[in-house]
Amino acid sequence: MAMNQPDNFDIQERQKSIRTKGRQSQPINCQADSIAGCVSQRACVYCGARVVLNPVTDAVHLVHGPIGCASYTWDIRGSLSSGSDLFRYSFSTDLREEDIIFGGERKLTRCIDELAERYHPQVMLVYSTCIVGVIGDDLEAICRKASLQHGIKVIPVQSSGFSGNKSDGYRVACEVLLRMIATPEDVPRQAHHLNYLGDFNLAGEAWIIRGYLQEMGIHVNVAFTGDSSYETLRTAPTASLNIIQCAGSMGYMAKRMQEIYGIPFLNISFLGLEDTVESLRRISAFFGDPLIASRTEALIQREMAIYGPTIQNYRRRLQGKKAAIFVGGGFKAISLIKQFRELGMEVVMVGTQTGQPEEYDTIHQLVSDGTVVLDDANPSELERFMLEQGADLLVGGVKERPLAFKLGRAFIDHNHERKHPLSGFTGAANFAREVEETVCSPVWKYLDK
Amino acid sequence: MLNYTPREYTERKAIVINPAKTCQPIGAMYAALGIHKCLPHSHGSQGCCSYHRMHLSRHFRDPIVASTSSFTEGAAVFGGGSNLKTAVKNIFAIYDPDIIAVHTTCLSETIGDDLPTYIREAKVPEGKIVIHANTPSYQGSHITGFSNMVMGMVKYLSQNSGAPNGKINIIPGFVNPGDMREIKRILKALGVDFIMFPDTSGVVDAPMTGSYEMYPSGGTRIEDLIDAGNSMATLALGSFASTAGAEELRKKVKVRPTVLHTPIGVGATDQLLMAVSRVTGQEIPPEIEEERGQVIDIMVDLHDQYQGKEVAIFGDPDIVIAMTAFTLEMGMIPRYVLTGTPGEAFEREVNAMLTTAGVEAKVKASGDLFTLQQWLKEKPVDLLIGNTYGKLIARAEDIPLVRVGFPILDRGVHSYFPVVGYKGAMRLIEMISNTLLERQDRDALDEDYELIM
Repeated sequence: MAMNQPDNFDIQERQKSIRTKGRQSQPINCQADSIAGCVSQRACVYCGARVVLNPVTDAVHLVHGPIGCASYTWDIRGSLSSGSDLFRYSFSTDLREEDIIFGGERKLTRCIDELAERYHPQVMLVYSTCIVGVIGDDLEAICRKASLQHGIKVIPVQSSGFSGNKSDGYRVACEVLLRMIATPEDVPRQAHHLNYLGDFNLAGEAWIIRGYLQEMGIHVNVAFTGDSSYETLRTAPTASLNIIQCAGSMGYMAKRMQEIYGIPFLNISFLGLEDTVESLRRISAFFGDPLIASRTEALIQREMAIYGPTIQNYRRRLQGKKAAIFVGGGFKAISLIKQFRELGMEVVMVGTQTGQPEEYDTIHQLVSDGTVVLDDANPSELERFMLEQGADLLVGGVKERPLAFKLGRAFIDHNHERKHPLSGFTGAANFAREVEETVCSPVWKYLDK
Repeated sequence: MLNYTPREYTERKAIVINPAKTCQPIGAMYAALGIHKCLPHSHGSQGCCSYHRMHLSRHFRDPIVASTSSFTEGAAVFGGGSNLKTAVKNIFAIYDPDIIAVHTTCLSETIGDDLPTYIREAKVPEGKIVIHANTPSYQGSHITGFSNMVMGMVKYLSQNSGAPNGKINIIPGFVNPGDMREIKRILKALGVDFIMFPDTSGVVDAPMTGSYEMYPSGGTRIEDLIDAGNSMATLALGSFASTAGAEELRKKVKVRPTVLHTPIGVGATDQLLMAVSRVTGQEIPPEIEEERGQVIDIMVDLHDQYQGKEVAIFGDPDIVIAMTAFTLEMGMIPRYVLTGTPGEAFEREVNAMLTTAGVEAKVKASGDLFTLQQWLKEKPVDLLIGNTYGKLIARAEDIPLVRVGFPILDRGVHSYFPVVGYKGAMRLIEMISNTLLERQDRDALDEDYELIM
């Protein structure tokens, strides 16, 4: 593309958010607001709250604002449900000009009434969007009144887009979930029960993990929020442990649940064989039950006997290929670096939308010299480093896919559009197959790199 | 089962369920992509820009690049002026477009940001241009946003230099690049000099070269947008998306507008060709007459496959109006016709067509897909025509779906081929009759399963 050369390639501020291991030692600048005028891959508070809460399957998700915020989030997550599908309908107050002038409260109340009468949900989540924050509708009061009137939980989600970034939206979602599970009195703790935080059951991933834990003798009360419902979420406080897959969205939830309910938490990861094995062992060790421990080892042995050789087969074909990573959170990036290593691939670029400083430290330690690490990258930076670093493959989300393809690079969606479960042993094999299929596709023969 | 739409129809006062529209800014972004070396800029929160890029990326399966003012609390309180000025400076420094096309959002509109002043005060490098359009998300729909951005192009750029250029202007409306290519092909075949704007062909259907071009070779040239003020006439295709731009040309530089349907089907394509011929004096060439003859031939050959079938059509107003006209030409019966975009003109125009054809139907603007599904539960039809969101209804009501319009998120290649012109008519007939036949085959008993149909 027509881009200025490296000397004046970028505005100075952006350079603080890009590090090459072995060349610069200062810590990376992250958690900063994006610069105005950047083509950022980031989103807003509403987006963060909406994606985390979306898989609550039997809730009415009512988006209070002009139509767009509802339209763009209509059934986008690919979260599978074993029960209700109500969450896949799109509900909007569709604010119009007169509502902006006179306030949207009356319309919102009517919408809540109509939905409560039609669907009788146990819980209704009312999302505020940018404009609601400006016109000053009192969501809290309206929801409180509606809760009393309809005898259901109507909970405001204070997610005005401009009030922070996507991470702030995750936090808002956690607050809402905490409200949903709140119990007036102490609940008995159940041994061998845990909650699985930060899995949205994309392509049924939470079901795979639930199966492993079941086999180990551990019951999953509920996943936050994949395939969850109001009833199952309400059982969360009885768990004796929280395990967290997506720390970016659910780390806060785990901390708060520890404070409120005294439930300890473990950061785990079911991406890749190495992390899956380690995570299962750590969960088993937490419970300290010899029976669980022996079942866990039996499970690992059996699964590794199946999937270890599978991964080795893929490794032979992928050895030496180079991968670039650009994902939402830092925790996923860390797991992916290890997973690519299992496949014999080197990670030459790692970026996230909203990684935390300590995650970037870990990333820095994991990668080899020369690897570029960058926060809140824009497409031209992704392009530059993918080409400079000679990446064969990019892992990312919907906006990165066509960019990778235009550069003649293979691509894996590790976001909403994943087509196969990528968690656990079977997920590791799916991931390896997807990587192999795209990297070794005959389609690349048709262009000269 | 994914079906929470009850059969009995009850009037709703407020709630919109399963929308058949989205908001203005995405339309403005799409229009802006149709200017060569233009970076669309979203003046609002980051999420808006991210959502629009994501949605357009899914429909076109090409990189969609746009920048954002990245509003924070501060901007929402004190106004987005400094965000926009910083953005303009950064964009020209980093991404080096020839032109930035700014659109507003519900947020920047509500806090009352004064875009013309901000743009005047911004440091725009020599030879570079910044234009804008007001696109409040709480008015109209994405089609209105497209229309407003097209109007913004004229307002800022088109000039009458006093030297007629002998060209006609064509505003194609919110259609795919495949449609824009087809309209250009037809005009070239007629030997007509023209300026098409916006023109997203070569931008969102750019070929694979192995290198990424932030500004691919397509898009209307800025000099052509300026020169549009010297043209002899403007043809606006689709009243909802294109009238405003054509009217602005009339007001500003006295270029005569003609508003036509989106040229879908035989009648609407005839109208386009005749209008071009009338304005330019060019004759319809034999190759185009041949194409028309082929369409008629196909319609004669296949009419028994679709004639009398009942159809529900939903989506964006210009496309839906034109598709309704075309299905009537085909002898089909449009029972339900719905758009999410507001506008009494839609209902008026469609009802007039249906009355002339003697067809009784339900017609609605500002509708949603929940209403459409309720109608279908009351009395089903043979075929749905609309965008991807129709697949939820298609499954629940067991009615086949032909995908036409925006967005199409679950199928590829659609944006490369036209639905406009005679070629587009052939393609639509093929899609419609094949879909009906596939369904007939699927449902047929062994003894009724035919090799030759």
